[in-house]
Parts: sequence; C-alpha cells; structure tokens
Amino acid sequence: MSALFATNTMGEFFSEYLGGESAPWGYALAAFIHAFILINVFALAPLFFIWLERKVSGRIQDRLGPTRVGGRFGWLQGLADGGKLVQKEDLVPKAADAMLFRMAPYIVCISSFGAFMVLPFSDGWVAVGADVGLFLLVAILSLEVFGIILAGYSSGSKWSLFGGMREAAQMVSYEIPLAICSLVPIVSVGSLNLGEIGAIQSGPIWNWMLFHDPFTFVAFFVYFTVATAGCKRAPFDLAEAESELVGGFHTEYSGMRWSFFFMAEYASMFLVSGVAAILFLGGWNSGLVLDNWLRELGTGTDGIAAAGYLANVIGMGIFVTKASLLVFVQIWVRWTLPRLRIDQVMITCLKYLIPISCALFLGAVLWPIGMLMMTGRTTLFGEPMGERVPAARVENASPSDGPSAATNIESGESDRLAASAEDGGQQ
Amino acid sequence: MSGEQFFFWLLALTTCGGAIAVVLNQNVVRMAFWLVVSLGSVAAIYFLLHADFVGTTQLLIYVGGTVVLLIFGVMLTASGPHVHIKTSPADLVMAGGVGVLMLFLLISTVTAVDWKAVHGDAYPQDTSGYNDPRISHGNTARPIGLKLLGVSLEDTKGNPKKLSTGYLLPFEIVSVHLLVVLIGASYLARAKRRADANTDVESSR
Repeated sequence: MSALFATNTMGEFFSEYLGGESAPWGYALAAFIHAFILINVFALAPLFFIWLERKVSGRIQDRLGPTRVGGRFGWLQGLADGGKLVQKEDLVPKAADAMLFRMAPYIVCISSFGAFMVLPFSDGWVAVGADVGLFLLVAILSLEVFGIILAGYSSGSKWSLFGGMREAAQMVSYEIPLAICSLVPIVSVGSLNLGEIGAIQSGPIWNWMLFHDPFTFVAFFVYFTVATAGCKRAPFDLAEAESELVGGFHTEYSGMRWSFFFMAEYASMFLVSGVAAILFLGGWNSGLVLDNWLRELGTGTDGIAAAGYLANVIGMGIFVTKASLLVFVQIWVRWTLPRLRIDQVMITCLKYLIPISCALFLGAVLWPIGMLMMTGRTTLFGEPMGERVPAARVENASPSDGPSAATNIESGESDRLAASAEDGGQQ
Repeated sequence: MSGEQFFFWLLALTTCGGAIAVVLNQNVVRMAFWLVVSLGSVAAIYFLLHADFVGTTQLLIYVGGTVVLLIFGVMLTASGPHVHIKTSPADLVMAGGVGVLMLFLLISTVTAVDWKAVHGDAYPQDTSGYNDPRISHGNTARPIGLKLLGVSLEDTKGNPKKLSTGYLLPFEIVSVHLLVVLIGASYLARAKRRADANTDVESSR
C-alpha cells in the first residue's frame, strides 16, 4: 500500500485513471475534492460550535439554551440562524468604502479557510503536506487581521474604526508570543512539518510534547491563552466589545457578510485548538498504545491496508475530539471571565506573555543539554527524540529514487540533530 | 498550456494588475489592499516554483508587513473619512522616469541570463524520509536549515558534506543589527514625541 498522502495519492490515482502523467485534470480533480471536503469542515465546525456556545453559555447562566429546533437539544439552531441570516438584506452604509466593505468578510474567511489546507487531521491526512507547515499556518492566519482592519476602516463608522484599530494593535502584539510558544515544542521535535510533529508523539501518553519537559508544559498554557486572544475571544474580545463599541468592527455588517466573520472566528477557534492538539497533546494519537499497533499493522508493503486506514479514521476522531474539547474550554472561559480593558490586554501581552514565552524558549533550548549533563539522557519521560522519528516512507517511492533515498534514511538522525540546532539558532 | 503555465500566467496577471492598481489608486487603504493582492500573488508564484519556505516568508513578512503599513497609514494620515493622496506632476515625471529605468534594468538582467542552462530538476530534496519524495520538491525547510549550519545536501547526491562555514553567523549578525536599528528608531521616535507633547502642553497653557 502506498503512503496515504492525501494530495499525492489521490492526485496520482486520478491522473493515472484519466490518462497517465500528462493529464493535469487528475490533480485538479484531487485538489477540488480536498477543497470541497475542507470547506465543508470549515462550514460545519462553526455550525456545531455556535450551537455548543449557546448551550454552554445557557448552562453557565442557569438557562437551558436552544431546546426546540431539530427536536431534542435544539441541535439545528445553527441552521435556523443561518437561514435567517441568508434572508437579510445586504446593506452597505452610505459612508462606507463599498468595494473594501464588501471584500473584507471574504479576506477573513479565505485566510481562515486557507490555514485548514495545511492542518493534518490524521497521519498523512492533509491537503498540503508542506515541510514548513506550522510556519505557513501562522503566516496564513496572520492575514485574518487584515480583513478585520479593512472591515473596521471601510465601514465609515467610528465604532468600527475603534474596533479595527484595537484588533490591529492586539493582533500585532499577540503574534509574537504565539510564534515563540509554538517554537518551544519545535525545538525538541526538530521539524516544522505538522505531520511529522504529530507522528513523533505516537506511543504512550508521556511521549506527548506536553510532558516532554516543564517548559513545553507551561508553553501549552501560554500558547492556549495567546491563541484565545488571537481568535479575539473573551476575555480578549476588545475588537467587538458589545458593551462599549456596539459591535466593534462588524457594527455596520448584516446578513451573510456578518455571519462570514463569525464562521471565520469559530473556524479559527477550531484551527488554533487543532494546532495546540498537534503541537502539545499528541495530535491524532490516543496516548494509549492500541492505535499504534493498529497503525503498524497497516504499514509496509505486506501490511493490511484496511488496518492503516482504520487507524487513520480513529486518529481523526481522536484529533477532532481533542480540538473540540479545547474549543469547549475557550467557550467556558468566555462565559466565566470578564472582559479586560485594552490597556490590560496590551500589558498582559507585552509585559507578561512575551517575557514568559522568551524564557520558555530559552529553557526549552537548554533543557536537553542540562538533562544530558545531569542524567545522561535527553528526555525526562518517554523515549529519546531520535528513537521516535517516524518511519521513513521513502521505501514506497519509485525505484529510480532508491539509492539516494536509502542514504537519506541513514543520514536522517544527523539531519534531525542539525535541524533542531538550526531551529534553536534562528531565534 | 500545462497547468503550471496556466497558474503562472494567472498569478503574473494578478501580480502586475495589483501593482498597477496600487499606483493608480489614491486611497491609502485601497492601495494597501491592492499591495496585498500583488504581494500575495508573488508568494503564490513562489509556491508554484516549489519554494515553500520563501513563499511563506513572503506571506508573513511582506503581506503581514502591509498590515502594519496600513495601520500607520490610517493612524498617521486620517484627517478625513477616506484619505486621498494627490501627487504633483513633477513627482509623477520623476517617479515615472525612475520606474522606466528600473524596468530597463530588470529586462536587461532577465535577458542576460542563459535560461537554457538553468535546469528545472535542480530542486533541493527533502531528506527527512517522512515525506514522499514524489511530492517533496517544495519541502525546502530542512535543506535551508542545513545550509545555514554549513551542511550542503543537494550538491553531493545525498552524502552530507561539511562546508567550512554556514550562513548562520552572518544571518544572526544581520538580525541583531536590525533589532538594534528597530529599538534605536523607536527610542528616537518616542523621545521626540514626548518633547512635542510637552511643548504642546506648555503652548496651550
């Protein structure tokens, strides 16, 4: 069974099916299928999380939340909201810059959706398996703020402009600790490839990056705080701030354009939670060894293909569950903590979170050296990083790649050490 | 026309169209928007050329930097609801002259390269063994990182060869230098503004 690389295998399958190497339509079809699946994830995740938010906030405020739509628990409430929003009139204020006003929700949506392209849902189940996956994801996500600022500016309203400027100041500051915190586990893993980061945490639960060293443990909580702020969720939702800015950057929006902002917001919540799950919480690995046995059964040329596929399906379930639990925590935090003032938000970031994340980064760089000197091993729990390197998939390659691929596997270990040193050196 | 060529022409069109729109627009924020379109298309061309790392850097630094430009554009120039920039004819002539000279320089540089000699198969390969080599053309993060440390991979057909020096030290020196410049600039700007604020307060009294 060839490696289950989503784009690669599906694209090759279709291009071979449609007439060999020369047919680009196979790849186009595969790309279309990936985009179709992901845009459904992008649209359905908010539907579920908006329902969850209404239920959780209802429970926290001693209410019931939606109960009627769709029978029990009001589970179709999101669809009813959507139906209502579609019917609303598409308004553009007279003072607005009409082109930018209409464009802003799409920019927010596209950047949020684009980041889903590099998010692996299971081992190898990713639309674009980029080697710079995490870097690319952070870069795409940082474009979301551009749409928010455009929305705030082009509305021609003071409330919107205030909201947009607050969001700009907040996002520009919070991107720094976000990037540094996501580098803390990278130092130990030695790869920016999200698939490889997930695969390295397979095995027992103490192989998760969360338990790798005390610095990654703290970094998870700092990352989660910063990511919550990055999604402009309470207590950091200064850009919306209903009680002071009416609706902040989306004051002037109505109907579907308004709902695009919220689709992007809930999708981003799922996205940053998914990244947290991959970076710190073992990704698609259960932490019990069972799913690894299943996966090992499915690898190699003589493996049972169905076992590997089943392991990947289970892995996707585990990954989505972990990410959804983190989204639940974000919702819980929103309805528990009061909103900060803008100066408190900036002080939290610049005076506390940035120094903390810098210290964590430094600690994570020095930790393996210190461990090696004190105890003779580089990790506290779990297997050493070098033994956890995911099995090479080069063996599935075409024969012409054979000789160089074999030497590549042998040199993998030294590459890894060099690469982790390089990641430490870049900061 | 192959798929790659189609996407190249599409992206080249949006790159140039966005750049022209930046010049023709007079609204700061619309200019920033078209700049993002243009720079984003350049990033997409990098991805098309299997240079993932450069493309990502382009997205993060140039497109992200435009956001900061936009913030300053709005904050420092917002006197009316929508700011318009008017250029004088003399400025237009000067900028046009510089632009035409630049264009000639670029054209002469591009035509001077013997493109037949540059072969397309010289992609740096990912060596982790994790990615399928059939799609690892764009996975340049590890080769770039190793080059920084002075280890070259693609020259020697898979045998890591130690070079005398890497690019890490020059890179660090440049980055620290940039940081010093940034801190110095913000310190100077801040001190100046504080002095202005004091004089404003005194004059208003």
